[in-house]
Amino acid sequence: MSQTILSIVMFILTLALCPLLPGIVNRVKARCAGRTGQPLLQKYYDLGKLVRKDVVYSTTATWIFRACPVAVLGGALAAALTPFGRGGALVSFQGDFLIWAGALTLARLFMILAALDAGSAFTGMGASREAWFAVLAEPAIFLAMAALAVISHQFSMTGFFLALTPETTSRHFMALLFAALALFVVSLAENARIPVDDPTTHLELTMIHEAMILDHSGPDLAIIEYGAALKLWVMASLAVGAAVPVDIGSWWLDAGCFLVGLFVFAVLLGIVESVMARLKLNRVPQFLVGAAVLAAISVILVARSA
Amino acid sequence: MWLDYLSVIFILTNFVLLASSRLGFCIKAVTIQGVVLAIIPLVHEGDHLGVASLVLCAVTLAVKGYAFPKLLNGAISRARIRREVEPLVGYSTSILLGLAMLVFGFWLQSRLPLGGNDGLLLPASFFAILAGFFVTIGRRKALTQILGYLALENGIFAFGAAALPEHPWMLELGVLLDVFVAVLVMGVAVFRISEEFEHIDVDRLRSLRDPVGEG
Amino acid sequence: MTVVLLLAIPLAGALLALALPASADRYRRPLVPAVALVHFALVVRLWTGRADSLPELESWLAADSLGLLFLTLTSGLFLPTSFYVIGDMLRYAEKRAAAGVSERIYVVGLLAFLFSMTAVCLSTDLGLLWVAVEATTLATAPLIYFRKSPGALEATWKYLLVCSVGIALALLGTFILAAAAGADGAMTLNIRGLAAIAENLDPNLLRAGFIFLLVGYGAKMGLAPMHTWLPDAHSESPSPVSALLSGTLLNGAFLAILRAVDIMTAAGQGEFANELLRLFGLFSMALAGAFILGQKDFKRLLAYSSVEHMGILAFAVGLGGSGIYAALLHAVNHTFAKGCLFLTAGNIMFRYHSKSTLTVRGVRRGMPMNGALWLAGFLAICGLPPFGIFLTEISILIRSFAGGRYVEGGLYLLFLAVVFIGMLGVFLGMLRGEAPALPDGERAESPLMALPGLAAIAIVLVLGFGVPDFLGVRLTDAAAILDAIPTATQGVLP
Repeated sequence: MSQTILSIVMFILTLALCPLLPGIVNRVKARCAGRTGQPLLQKYYDLGKLVRKDVVYSTTATWIFRACPVAVLGGALAAALTPFGRGGALVSFQGDFLIWAGALTLARLFMILAALDAGSAFTGMGASREAWFAVLAEPAIFLAMAALAVISHQFSMTGFFLALTPETTSRHFMALLFAALALFVVSLAENARIPVDDPTTHLELTMIHEAMILDHSGPDLAIIEYGAALKLWVMASLAVGAAVPVDIGSWWLDAGCFLVGLFVFAVLLGIVESVMARLKLNRVPQFLVGAAVLAAISVILVARSA
Repeated sequence: MWLDYLSVIFILTNFVLLASSRLGFCIKAVTIQGVVLAIIPLVHEGDHLGVASLVLCAVTLAVKGYAFPKLLNGAISRARIRREVEPLVGYSTSILLGLAMLVFGFWLQSRLPLGGNDGLLLPASFFAILAGFFVTIGRRKALTQILGYLALENGIFAFGAAALPEHPWMLELGVLLDVFVAVLVMGVAVFRISEEFEHIDVDRLRSLRDPVGEG
Repeated sequence: MTVVLLLAIPLAGALLALALPASADRYRRPLVPAVALVHFALVVRLWTGRADSLPELESWLAADSLGLLFLTLTSGLFLPTSFYVIGDMLRYAEKRAAAGVSERIYVVGLLAFLFSMTAVCLSTDLGLLWVAVEATTLATAPLIYFRKSPGALEATWKYLLVCSVGIALALLGTFILAAAAGADGAMTLNIRGLAAIAENLDPNLLRAGFIFLLVGYGAKMGLAPMHTWLPDAHSESPSPVSALLSGTLLNGAFLAILRAVDIMTAAGQGEFANELLRLFGLFSMALAGAFILGQKDFKRLLAYSSVEHMGILAFAVGLGGSGIYAALLHAVNHTFAKGCLFLTAGNIMFRYHSKSTLTVRGVRRGMPMNGALWLAGFLAICGLPPFGIFLTEISILIRSFAGGRYVEGGLYLLFLAVVFIGMLGVFLGMLRGEAPALPDGERAESPLMALPGLAAIAIVLVLGFGVPDFLGVRLTDAAAILDAIPTATQGVLP
């Protein structure tokens, strides 16, 4: 099978499977709390239900608010750039990780603007926090990317992961571990998970992501929720790619391992959410700076042995 | 290789010490440092392990891994201290400063003409020394000052383990004894301070001063 | 054998004092002067040179001229102070009994201090030296806290922390020197051993090591800006302890720095070390001057005077050549002059129940003996003739000018003048005027309590007329250890 077809298969897999991750997280959390929990496919049912509903727009909302769901699908663009394990991404070129981060940021920008546009005090509050934490998460992402770039001597995300042969992996074991850890922490913050944000809370004062999307409804909300799930998948792919550089040889086995890796990631996320409490808002920056430090250590470790 | 892993643990404990708001975490961090220090000679000398090194390892474990945390935790509960660190310098700033210290440690390593030291232990030790110094100055509680002192001491020990060709184990035993007594005495002092003033905030210990500058 | 006994006897005394029950203060007290006497006798035995040497111990413990000189200062000040301590304990005994405080910790601390100071002076190994210096910190901490007041507690905490952290840096310096030696293929911390190979060692490592040793031991010695613990500890501890801190403990740290200078000089890095020493020295003098002006607590005043004199010592050593000889002699003078002043200050405090320079008046009439000692001590410490400090301070100045260091010499003179002016006002104010009346049945002063101070100041007075041969030879010998080119020039000293 040619590489292009495989990449297309992967991309479709990504788009199709991403709502599964929140399902796993919720299931793990429920199990930890001693409940049975919702079905694994709950996110698909939710999305289906939302699509069948009508949209209600606030009277103060302008075109920005309506454009938001479209922009959020920028996440899909990012997904196309994210390598699926060793398989490589659908699209790959020098410096694609900048576009990758740009696509995610674009989605975020429109979310923030739409939240302000809706005119509600709560959505504005959520937007301001989102912007604040996003700024703090950025250095960690790029430092982790820098570490991967130095290890692989490549400048595209596909290159990062293809270069992770068993030999480089064992040589840079520590650095990779730190990079993966930093990416894991960042994905907690980026995807509105505990300890940064609580996805289940409905107390507006403490919410970030949920507060921002309060005014969206119907298919719009469905797209945004789907975008969030996609983003989780994309971030998880990076962390798993750095932490589990499996190279069995067979494409199908590699992809299978990678999928299992993603599911383990979701389980870990669920466990973290179960054992940790949400941080006080003013402690969140410290948490993210910590992630940046982990990534920086990774860079230092790599730079020394390079 | 194992030495590098131990060094990374050492580096991380320093960050914990700088970043954590819980006294309990800080005590754990310093304890882990002590345990790492105790293991390092075992890894370092590998096959030709002497009796002296084993004794040193056992004593270090007993003092830094067992006695210190017990003493410090005891001081916390007896003095009924609030279990927060109360920094003069914020946590995020502390972490970033810590990163700067670590980078400085690497730079120093590249400058110091210590033959054959390209491992991580040397920069880790510089980092611990600087972080310990910083915590001693930048935290408000008497107990955190002890923790800073211990991290400083651990860093110096780590430097010794990294830079000295063989262990001056007589010296290290003597130093351990001194540090042990020092922490014992400081622990007593912390208890007395909490009894006397009902707080252990060092920046409120300022009744003794000179007339100059008071205007 | 003598070397071992010098260590064993104070240690045995400390353990015995610890073993005696808390209520047995009567039997515990005489231990202090008894141990002090035996210790002093052993030191005298070392001076006569009849002490047998133990070759197997020499890589750790030995009495070279430099160590013996400082050991003599320790023992020589501890002896009069030990008698003073008895009186001091007796006159505060009632108060102490009322508070239910035992003297045990005091006696144990004093003897442990003597033990650790002896170890500092006799160490010929940088590592052992470090252990001993840290031990002096730990032995003295309970002494500073002895009065159990909030102020004493605060002072103890600062002392413990500043000195422990400082000394930790000195340990780093020690390790760096060891690493330098290790890079050269030799694993030694022996001072003579290091000095012998110093020329082959990496100069950058040596410099780094020296800086850490200087800053670390400098904190203990009271060099500014690491001196912050010193005024608090001196003003809050009991007066005999202040005397011992100022007169011997600071010397111990000074000796440790001299050991480092020794290695640096042997490595041909003497000028680097000297520049740092002069810098720290002058800065300490300047800072002491600033805090002495307007000082309202006479024990703090004396403490800052110690900072000043430690500065003078560092400066003088930094001048090299005959400056080293002058520094060593100055250390002798300062030890006894400051000892006398603190012991006298204790008597004054007992009479007036105050440390304030504003409330204490009429010492000359109210306490004639202590008044005379206070005046003599003032003249001595400020470097006025006929006391020994006059000669040493002048010869340091001459050495500075002779070496072409006019600016530094001028600053040195300026700071001396500032300190003199600051102290003059305080001492004159305290001596003059009418003393408040005493309650019936209370004596203003006891001749016995004035004797130790008198003995100490007498030494400074004698040294003002000339250095006896036996001391001069020893000083020259000790200075030669530190000087790359041994010089017999002794400035204006007779």
